[in-house]
This record gives sequence, structure tokens and C-alpha cells, in this order.
Amino acid sequence: MCTYLTEKIEVTGSGKGSAGWFALSDATVYFDHPQHALAEHTLNIDFLNPGKGPAARVAVELTAESARALVRAIEATLEAVPPGLI
Amino acid sequence: MKDALTAGTISITGHGGDEIEAYLARPLEAAPFGGVVVIHHMPGYDAGTKEIALKFAANGYAALVPNLYYREAPGASPDDAAATVRARGGVPDERLVGDVGGAAAHLRALEGANGKVGVIGYCSGGRQSFLAACSLPLQAAVDCYGAFIVTPPPPERAWPQPIVGLAKDLSCPLLGLFGAEDKNPEPAETAELAKDLSALGKEHEFHTYEGAGHAFFAADRPSYRVEAANDGWQRIWDFYGRHLAS
Repeated sequence: MCTYLTEKIEVTGSGKGSAGWFALSDATVYFDHPQHALAEHTLNIDFLNPGKGPAARVAVELTAESARALVRAIEATLEAVPPGLI
Repeated sequence: MKDALTAGTISITGHGGDEIEAYLARPLEAAPFGGVVVIHHMPGYDAGTKEIALKFAANGYAALVPNLYYREAPGASPDDAAATVRARGGVPDERLVGDVGGAAAHLRALEGANGKVGVIGYCSGGRQSFLAACSLPLQAAVDCYGAFIVTPPPPERAWPQPIVGLAKDLSCPLLGLFGAEDKNPEPAETAELAKDLSALGKEHEFHTYEGAGHAFFAADRPSYRVEAANDGWQRIWDFYGRHLAS
């Protein structure tokens, strides 16, 4: 099924797309049909800068298990940051 | 055998008079021919959808795929365009109807056209195929596993809204092709749709394939089920042969 589910957030940072690095402004997160991954549904993240056009995009398609592992790794990394850096 | 065809990108007039990109595949010698508007799935106006159009042309129909994402992402790759449109909330139902209507008008105006036009859509396009058939004068419609026709989305989401209430306006026979293992639409949902169509006296023909789930036609995805897909294509040729062929 197409889930139509989309979470959208604003982000600050940079991403590297097909034309090199660019500033990021938005990210969408959704669980739906992938473009490339060999699964019926994947957790997809698009890092975007709409002001720079549709090609200003860094995309990943992860299995649900991989996506949860990524969330844990991000949280663990941020928890381990020495005091004063964040 | 008259099997020559031609295909390529053209411009058509869509919703609101907008010029949008579209992919036309048509027989060269098989006139008079029927037309089919092919609605691309949510992942976009992609190579797989163009292959479907070519398949219709090889079988004697003119097929036209409107790029539903052209306005937001002209010239972008299909996946980037899909991501852009998704981030902006998707394709509004009203605009979809206008774009399919423009595509149908273009098909009817082709030299050699017999004036009969059908529509087909897969996944999100299945819902949109039903929507178009309830909103436009068409001669045949195919819904391949379209969800959210009967069942509303979860309460935290306002879109897409169910459109079963439009069934009274269905303008043409409807062929529905579904997977018994699909979670959305579940067989109970498609059975409810069939019941509603029967109550309204609307001609329809639904097939639900055992051993198949969602997207069983998609030959480039793990969901592909060869038996269901092969039988589904035969059902489509039979259905369009009765309603669109000269």
C-alpha cells in the first residue's frame, strides 16, 4: 500500500547530493514504497533544500530494523558527547 | 502484423489550462484505436510506468501518461520529483481529475482515435483511477489495488479522504484487480466497494488473487507475483477489448 505517511521537519546542516555539498533546510521521513531498495516498504528520509530545486536532495531507504538501529546510534552518539559541546 | 508503434514525451493541457509533460505511446498502423490514460504511482513518472504505456501501444491502444509532478519539478528525475511533491503534501484530487481529463481529451483528438478512452492506475493511482472514472466521462476504468477508496485514513491524517461516496457518479465499467494478502486495501474493503457498486447498479468486475499482496504487477519489486500479474494482464486485455476497442 501507499501509506501517504509523511513527517516533515526543518533541519540545519549540510548534505552531499549528486552535485556536491549544499545547505539543508528540510527533511521528510516516511514509511512507504522505496525507489530502489528491494523491500515492499522502507523507512525513507529525504534531506532537502527546496530553494535549490528538486535535485537538492540526499535520500536513504532503510528497512524498519535498520532505521531503528540508526535512531539508537544517533541517540547514543549524542548522549556520549562531552559536556559543553551541544 | 501491424505492430509498429511510436512513443515519446509531449506536452498536454492539464488541470487549470496548465501545460504539463506527458508520455505518449501509440500504434502507428492500427487505427482506429482506443485510448488509455495511465496514472503513474506515487514513486513517480518513472521508467516502469512508461513501459506500461508501451505495452498498451504494442497491444493496439494509444496510451498517455501525464506527469502529475511536472508543475512542482519540471525536468527533475522521477524520484526527486516524487520527493518534492510528497514534501508539499501530494497531488490534490481536483488537480488529478483535471490532468486525467486533459489527457483523455488529447487521446480522443489523436488522428486514428476511435473516441473511446479508459483509465488505469496502480497503488495510489488505483484510487485516482476510480476518482477519475467518477468525475469524468470515460468508457472503462481499471483500479489496481487502490487504497483509501472506502476506508478513511487514520484520524491524525486528513488525506487521502475516502471517495466511495462518488460511486453513484461512476461513468463506466470498473475492473478491480487486488491481492488477497494486501493490507490496504484489504479484501474486506474491496468487497464493500463491490457491494456498494452492485447496490447502485454500476457495472464492475473484481478479481482478488490468492498468494498475492500489494503491487503484484510491479516486475521490478519483490512484491511481483507472476501468476497474478499474468492473469491480471489477460483480464485487462479482455476488459479493454470489450469496452475500448473499435
